Amino acid sequence: MTHNPSFTNQTFKVIGTRVPRPDGLDKVTGRARYGADASAPGQLVGMILRSPHAHAEIKNIDTSKADKIPGVKAIITSADLPDKVNGRRDMLDTLENCMARGRVLYDGHAIAAVAAIDADTAKKALKAIKVDYKILPHVTDVDEAMKDGAPIVQQWVRTAGGDANKATNVSQVSQFGHGNIEEGFAEADVIIERSYKTEQTHQGYIEPHACLASVGPDGNGELWVTTQGHYTFRTQCAQLLGMDIAKLKVTSSEIGGGFGGKTHVWMEPVALALSRKANRPVKLVMTREEVFRATGPTCSTSMDVKIGAKKDGRITAALAVLRYQDGAFPGIWGMLGGMTAWACYDLPNVKAIAYDVLVNRPKVAAYRAPSAPMAAFAVESTMDLVAQAINMDPVDFRLLNAAKEGTRASYGPTYGPIGIRATLEAVKNHPQMKAKLGPNQGRGMACGFWFNFGGQTCSTVNICTDGTVNVSVGTVDVGGSRASLSLIAAEELGVPYETVKCTVSDTTALGHNDTTEGSRGTFSSGMAIIFAARNAVAELRARAAKTWDIPVEEVEWKDGVAYPMGDQHHNLKPLSLKDIAAKSPRTGGPIAGHNETVADGAGVSFASHICDVEVDPETGATRILRYAVVQDAGKAIHPDYVEGQFQGAAAQGIGWALNEEYVYGKDGRLQNAGFLDYRIPVCSDLPFIDTTILEIPNPGHPYGIRGVGETSIVPPLAAIGNAVSNAVGVRMNHVPMSPPRILKAIKAQRAAG
Amino acid sequence: MQVAVTGLLCTAVNGAASINIEADTIRELLRKLVERYPKFEPLLDAGVAVVINGEIFRDNWSEPIPAGAEVVLMPRIQGG
Amino acid sequence: MSGVHVSTTINGDPVEFVCQPGEVLLDVLRNRVGLTGAKEGCGTGDCGTCSVTVDGRLVCSCLVLGAEVEGRTVTTVEGMADGADLHPLQKKFIEHAALQCGICTPGFLVAAKALLDRNPDPSEEQIRYALAGNLCRCTGYDKIVRAVQAAAKDLAVDATKPAKPAPKKTTAGKSAKKTA
Repeated sequence: MTHNPSFTNQTFKVIGTRVPRPDGLDKVTGRARYGADASAPGQLVGMILRSPHAHAEIKNIDTSKADKIPGVKAIITSADLPDKVNGRRDMLDTLENCMARGRVLYDGHAIAAVAAIDADTAKKALKAIKVDYKILPHVTDVDEAMKDGAPIVQQWVRTAGGDANKATNVSQVSQFGHGNIEEGFAEADVIIERSYKTEQTHQGYIEPHACLASVGPDGNGELWVTTQGHYTFRTQCAQLLGMDIAKLKVTSSEIGGGFGGKTHVWMEPVALALSRKANRPVKLVMTREEVFRATGPTCSTSMDVKIGAKKDGRITAALAVLRYQDGAFPGIWGMLGGMTAWACYDLPNVKAIAYDVLVNRPKVAAYRAPSAPMAAFAVESTMDLVAQAINMDPVDFRLLNAAKEGTRASYGPTYGPIGIRATLEAVKNHPQMKAKLGPNQGRGMACGFWFNFGGQTCSTVNICTDGTVNVSVGTVDVGGSRASLSLIAAEELGVPYETVKCTVSDTTALGHNDTTEGSRGTFSSGMAIIFAARNAVAELRARAAKTWDIPVEEVEWKDGVAYPMGDQHHNLKPLSLKDIAAKSPRTGGPIAGHNETVADGAGVSFASHICDVEVDPETGATRILRYAVVQDAGKAIHPDYVEGQFQGAAAQGIGWALNEEYVYGKDGRLQNAGFLDYRIPVCSDLPFIDTTILEIPNPGHPYGIRGVGETSIVPPLAAIGNAVSNAVGVRMNHVPMSPPRILKAIKAQRAAG
Repeated sequence: MQVAVTGLLCTAVNGAASINIEADTIRELLRKLVERYPKFEPLLDAGVAVVINGEIFRDNWSEPIPAGAEVVLMPRIQGG
Repeated sequence: MSGVHVSTTINGDPVEFVCQPGEVLLDVLRNRVGLTGAKEGCGTGDCGTCSVTVDGRLVCSCLVLGAEVEGRTVTTVEGMADGADLHPLQKKFIEHAALQCGICTPGFLVAAKALLDRNPDPSEEQIRYALAGNLCRCTGYDKIVRAVQAAAKDLAVDATKPAKPAPKKTTAGKSAKKTA
């Protein structure tokens, strides 16, 4: 795809304006329909039986009593989900995670499922299923799982690129970096080395997973589901159930939050299998407890970071060793942490070594800039320690070492134009830096990096005969992208925003669309719409040419109107889109534009945050006084929603930094599977969150758009760690920095002198 | 042209951080890699991304590789 | 199975239903009365997405039994607008982009209305504490609080205007909705 890179000075007519979103009315009146809001005649209630053990062999499942309960229409186990994955390991892992195959791998692992006429009957049936377990030793801590003699979670796992004969919990070890770190450390005047841990967190979307599945004996199926990618779900479910992809129609409901946790099927294949067996629609809604126990939280980690620097502030060497647990199946999350750890900086000698480790915990899924927040906590905390050691301002220290265009990134490629320096300069000059701090109050800052992705995207633009426009996209709207996408279509066609209606189509209406992840929703569908609209404009010009009986090369399109070019046509009246649309039945039929594209070339994104806290030295409780986000958006299509992404991501990071963690008991069971004890931020925990949108255009997109959704979850952990350190003089190395941990650190410091 | 190899992908090219290979498109590059380094094939199936002059390509294998471009092979990654 | 017969008023309309003794109001609203605006986010009263008011009191409908609303008045998000006229809170939520995924929005609207009904001029702190029982994972609450502040201002202005004529009430009794 070629584009003119000199678009930096584009002026836009509607892009950048703050228009009301098209789905707003339905969402404020309760009319919008989410995953659990659909029903079908004759539907059954689906429910899943889950393991109370962290690791066990399933010796037997006896469903005979449950079968006999009146109103129970189908019971399934893994026997009803035969292996149809043709040797694909990742799909087999997904299948086994949906329903245990002979052994359970974590507390909450699904063992069987029932479909019954109502919830009470389904509950009775679950109680009546008898399971014989042989309990096995379990391991839930990432460091413990790496030790010799640790219980092995998956007997077939071997360290990729390592010993092919040794059963292990380490599924891979990967390295990134360049230069010579031994030499680099030898040159340093100051070396700081620290270890850090972060606990497991969950995306915490307020809407539990829910679907309505219906499969008929003719192989046709329908699935209404809350998801970040209905096309991906279609492919995965069809493959797992041995169905034809085209025959499984998946409709995305409105989604009540995903953040990466709804990019993966958890129970949807089970619902489809139940429906197939019962030959009736099955509605399966997860409880909050099931969401915590049996969907895809993020990793818990253990990390070591070492930075060497000269007295003048130049970093000479940087090393990170990261150990991430991926749950009970092999994953690549540690590797991803290794790629992001040093991405903000221009380093001559840099290395990240990342371990991916299995434990008896749920299968880890992506959570907003996955793996980056943890590595950034370790790196950015250590950066502050180095700055302190050489008596340099933390922002200046980062500015001195920040990556820029032409820097070789620690994960390999050379950066094009990027925004890290601009965000740091903005932080340096931010008014919050001047706010006065009182006793037990402290200020911290930190940077963050995230990739943005493109992916397969399809879009259709249809011009109705009254000149209004339908835009069909396949990327699920997680945060308001329909407004931005309508703006883009309006901009390209030259029509008012209010005349454009953007819909997320079901899987039968468009070709495959990749999942809304990697901050790609507006970027990718925006790109597809631009080309679909230009496609439509070409057709509109052709129709004008036909109407005027002149060559199409002599027709130009400007602001929604076709103009004949050249003095010889001065008598021809211009034709608006509305005029051409009205005539379309007689000039060739319906006017549309299509685009099937692989939107690649997404830019990378940087953010810097400032956080002011007050720590209560008697309780260890931390209050956020002020918080500021500065992030590069490339081009903000709808500024309200860009700000919303910055604020929401920062809030999740704050919760992660201060309170959120999975607590596992010695029995390997999750102790806090509910919102009472898995404490996410509430309204009274936070102040207003200040946002600054920088626009350094991404050369890979016609409007310069960068993905924005994820990056701002990366800096908060360290920004808060640094702020707490400056407030009460203790360096926290264990996230979350909950009151008991901070109090313990304060007391230890007092005791030490 | 020089192609930098990062992460686990190095194990397929005998530990090299960079290899010398000619190709006009991503598709041609990957095909030649598998031909020359059979250990690369399972890693390719697991997913790779190709970075050309700083732009990350995960799916568009028809993407041309301009002469003199910086090419980096990365594992295929996703967001949330 | 022995059902409980309940007569109540929902959003100003008389409603009758039969529910199980242990069935919560949230499930009654969603599955029997067809009002899916209130959502189940947790089922344990921790997230507030099921917020409704019973006799003007803000409650989590997942913690109230269907049988308990016998003879009472229930208001849900579906009852906030006056026909096609949105309540100022609803208008301001849209204007201020106070929703992203929108799943928590019905609960917040009901809770915010309950706040403004008893405290028409709340401070920022009062707003934050009144809404602390409603979880939002998308917005960080910033634009929600601003929307509530803007709505409070709007309602204060409205309060100085001459009152609109009262909306027509539906006739009770014979035309009561029956749902089983």
